[in-house]
Amino acid sequence: MPKSLYGFILRHSKREQIVLLILAAVSYPFLYYSYDLPKLIINHLKDVAVHVKDGSLGSYPAHIVQGLPLNAHHYLFMLCAIFLVLTLINGGFKFYINVYKGRMGERMLRRLRYELYVRILRFPLPHFKRMSSGETIPMITSEVEPMGGFIGDAFVQPIYQGGLLIVPLIFILVQDPILGAAALAFYPVQIYVIPRIQKRVNQLAKRRVQTVRSLADRIGETIAGIQDVHANDTSARERADFSHRLGTIYKIRYDIYQLKFLAKFLNNSINQLTPFLFYAIGGYLVFEGKVDIGALVAVIAAQKDLAGPWKELLDYYQQKEDIRIKYEQVVGQFQPPDLVDVKMLDDDPPEGVRLKGDYALSSVTLTEGGAVKFLDGVNFTVPLTEKIAVVGDGTSGKDELPLVLARLLTPTAGSIMVGGQNLVPLPESVTGRRIAYVTHAAHMLGTSVRDNLYYSLKHRPLREPDLDEAGKRERERVKYWAIQSGNSPHDILADWIDYDAAGVAGPDELEQKALKLLDLVGMDDDIYHMGLRGRIDPARRADLAEAILKARAALKERLESDPSLAALVEPFDAAKYNENASLAENLLFGTPTGGAFADDALATNKYVLQILDKAGLTNDLIVMGRKVAETMVELFSGLPPGHQFFEQFSFISSDDLPEFQALVTRTEGMQPAAMSAEDRARLLTLPFKLINARHRLGLIDAAFETRILEARKLFAAELPENLRGSIEFFDANTYNAASTLQDNILFGKLAYGQAEGQARIGELVSDVLTTLDLRPKVMQAGLDFQVGVGGSRLSSSQRQKLGIARCLMKNPDIMIVNQATASLDGQSQSRILNGLMETFRGGGLIWALHRASLARSFDRVLVMQGGRVIEQGHYDELDKPGTAFHAMLKDE
Amino acid sequence: MSINEEVDALRRIPLFSNLEPSKLKLLAFTSERLTYAKGQAIFRQGDMGDAAYIVLEGQADVVIGTADNQRKVATIGKHSIIGEIAVLCDVPRTATVVAVDKLVALKISKDLFLRMVKEFPQMAVEIMRELARRLDRTNQQLAALSKQS
Repeated sequence: MPKSLYGFILRHSKREQIVLLILAAVSYPFLYYSYDLPKLIINHLKDVAVHVKDGSLGSYPAHIVQGLPLNAHHYLFMLCAIFLVLTLINGGFKFYINVYKGRMGERMLRRLRYELYVRILRFPLPHFKRMSSGETIPMITSEVEPMGGFIGDAFVQPIYQGGLLIVPLIFILVQDPILGAAALAFYPVQIYVIPRIQKRVNQLAKRRVQTVRSLADRIGETIAGIQDVHANDTSARERADFSHRLGTIYKIRYDIYQLKFLAKFLNNSINQLTPFLFYAIGGYLVFEGKVDIGALVAVIAAQKDLAGPWKELLDYYQQKEDIRIKYEQVVGQFQPPDLVDVKMLDDDPPEGVRLKGDYALSSVTLTEGGAVKFLDGVNFTVPLTEKIAVVGDGTSGKDELPLVLARLLTPTAGSIMVGGQNLVPLPESVTGRRIAYVTHAAHMLGTSVRDNLYYSLKHRPLREPDLDEAGKRERERVKYWAIQSGNSPHDILADWIDYDAAGVAGPDELEQKALKLLDLVGMDDDIYHMGLRGRIDPARRADLAEAILKARAALKERLESDPSLAALVEPFDAAKYNENASLAENLLFGTPTGGAFADDALATNKYVLQILDKAGLTNDLIVMGRKVAETMVELFSGLPPGHQFFEQFSFISSDDLPEFQALVTRTEGMQPAAMSAEDRARLLTLPFKLINARHRLGLIDAAFETRILEARKLFAAELPENLRGSIEFFDANTYNAASTLQDNILFGKLAYGQAEGQARIGELVSDVLTTLDLRPKVMQAGLDFQVGVGGSRLSSSQRQKLGIARCLMKNPDIMIVNQATASLDGQSQSRILNGLMETFRGGGLIWALHRASLARSFDRVLVMQGGRVIEQGHYDELDKPGTAFHAMLKDE
Repeated sequence: MSINEEVDALRRIPLFSNLEPSKLKLLAFTSERLTYAKGQAIFRQGDMGDAAYIVLEGQADVVIGTADNQRKVATIGKHSIIGEIAVLCDVPRTATVVAVDKLVALKISKDLFLRMVKEFPQMAVEIMRELARRLDRTNQQLAALSKQS
């Protein structure tokens, strides 16, 4: 990547820059003639005026093309038409040049961003310790943004705008040198003064940015140390300090304003002075007969066009310095020493490459910054047919050795050979596919469990997506522009999954494999529950939807046959009010999809209000809402705001409570009809959340329930076409796409107040699904569970297990585990240990253990201390008095 | 089964008899009302305690001992409070409580319970009284036992 901005521009856009310059040059003659024409027109008018006076207009001859005489009117219109055409041509040039350079600038910006991002992928891992992502991210996102615009302008702007300035100046000079001199008179002043003011403004602006940055730091500090501020009574000092900083910023900003407006004032005054000279000197010259009136008018018109390009040029020179420095700063940040060669990322693996044989390390040393020695001459040769444990304490090098073995860190000195070939120069397509590496902090993508598992199989696009003709053309276009901008030509929408590497024939087998591995790491139950909590699209998974309906029927049978179970679920019944469902659910008798019928929107939904009116429920619901409000105010007004009960139990948030308190007092003893529209609307929002069995407020009696059932019928019967998509009605024979699998199986509400109800129903559902052989299908649905940003919706142990399963997806030759099970409970840990032992029974497992006692089942133990391997052998050989290993075991 | 009935029931319990009705209502509203079938355990010895229970209907047996040596130490009835020891002093449940027949109880979360005790000294005194009564009963039982042997 070129170190200087202009180097970068020339390397990647030389051809376009030249095209732009040629375009600019070609446009000048047209521009010149568009200044010249007004002179011809005015002089023509003057001549005509003379001819009109002496009555000889009829015979007035004029020529545009020699030998084609025109009369006075035609001549005038002809000149005007040419003027119009010239104006259009000038505008056309401007338009084309702007679009052309805009496109080029965007392409260059795209290239710059891409190259910076690729740099990140090429940073050696230790570099990330010194880098703050808070600084790096804005560099690629916002800081390079203005560069795109500038790159478009880099060469053409001074030439083109310079031309736009010089052409009218030349024209003026040609008309009359004195006028020309007048036009030029003040430029030296401006050239001298304005940039100086601007430079001062830029300096101030930079200082302003720095001061504001330190102000932000200061606020952060106050927040972090707030306890000490109060504990030491230093708030007065803090305020004085903050005030002082604000004062500095104020001063800077005030100076900037003054200078900015001074520059503006100077610029405007000078620009206004020039026409003064033109009228004065030009007028005088016309009197003297040295300049004709046409020329003067044309000169004044041309002079008007001087201000635009002049301003653009000034802007350009101001921006140039800024952008140049910014580019050098940004690129400098992305230029660490020992950047990984791009070939390491790009090279494809040799055909059929496998890592087999011996792992041989000789004098492997790893240092950082020359000072800290993590590894200090590690020597060992171990056959990959064995399962190897690495033990040691925190400073033994046990943490770093696995990284070196996986070639994630390159040793500072020494060699690592696998099966006779040097590991260090192998491309990532070998190390990243044949070696698996996992730590306790496996990173999760913010997508589904499935995507996270398959991630280790996505190295290259392998199969083009199915596209129609138009889609193919679009893909070609996208690819063309990607290549033109130096971006990746690969299609993200292609199928990247390497089924061969996973040792399976296709998607179905891969899914089987994924489920098997999740079982191996002990995540099968979790996935099953994720499946139950997940939703499916019945159109795409018709088989599963149908199977779930069968499970629903089977569960119903089980519930009906056992009265003690029947009490656990209250099924949905179109003719009955469900005591365990909210009033809203009872009214809608379905699951809202999208926002129209969502809980919060119900009281303002026009259709819902219309139905309530029709069923005569509105006023009763408002009365009920008032009772709810009254109860909430009574119950919760004694609690401090923000108390967790508000969120857990209250219908009204602590912020809204005072408002409702006032509302309750205001509407005391009032009929709903007498309340203000606003109060009515507020009260109406409350009763929809009422669940009879849960809240036990006794507000909904049997008679009212019957009326809700009436309204339910009305709601379904009169639902307009455009709202059909906003709700999925409960129907015993249809799969409800808006509900979870579990809710679809239950087809009802869990009854409140049944001891251990949830657990018992969970068992029952599991039982039914197992009988119907549906567990695997539910688990398949569980693979689509969205794990959240960075896996935030998973527990840390789930993330660890998933990370291990992901490694196994790609059938690695060597699996390196860096204390990945350290924070799992004992049972999960031994399950994973046994699973991996079984998977790698032929060898290839290297495990840095967080506890030495776990090493018993390995074939060989490497004991590390102070960056060296000091003992190795089988557990029983090593576990003898006098060895370091023995001491380690004793300490645990 | 409205909340007002629960408030009535709570008021008859000495522990809560001096609380304002609105506090009792909050207690009832934020508590879960649970139904247990015959033989179902409300909690088991050794579990960590996260709630106290107030029996609204039915009776329960208090059982202590190991899996093979179980001994019923008491039967508790309507309007008694159970499980408050584990909530008060962060120890595992000291006994298993099993529903004798159908039983309805109000489950008061630890957080709410401690809050109530802190806010209403009267409630703390009542708890002390109850605990002292139980201690006295245990002493008498011990005395009876030592006489037997």
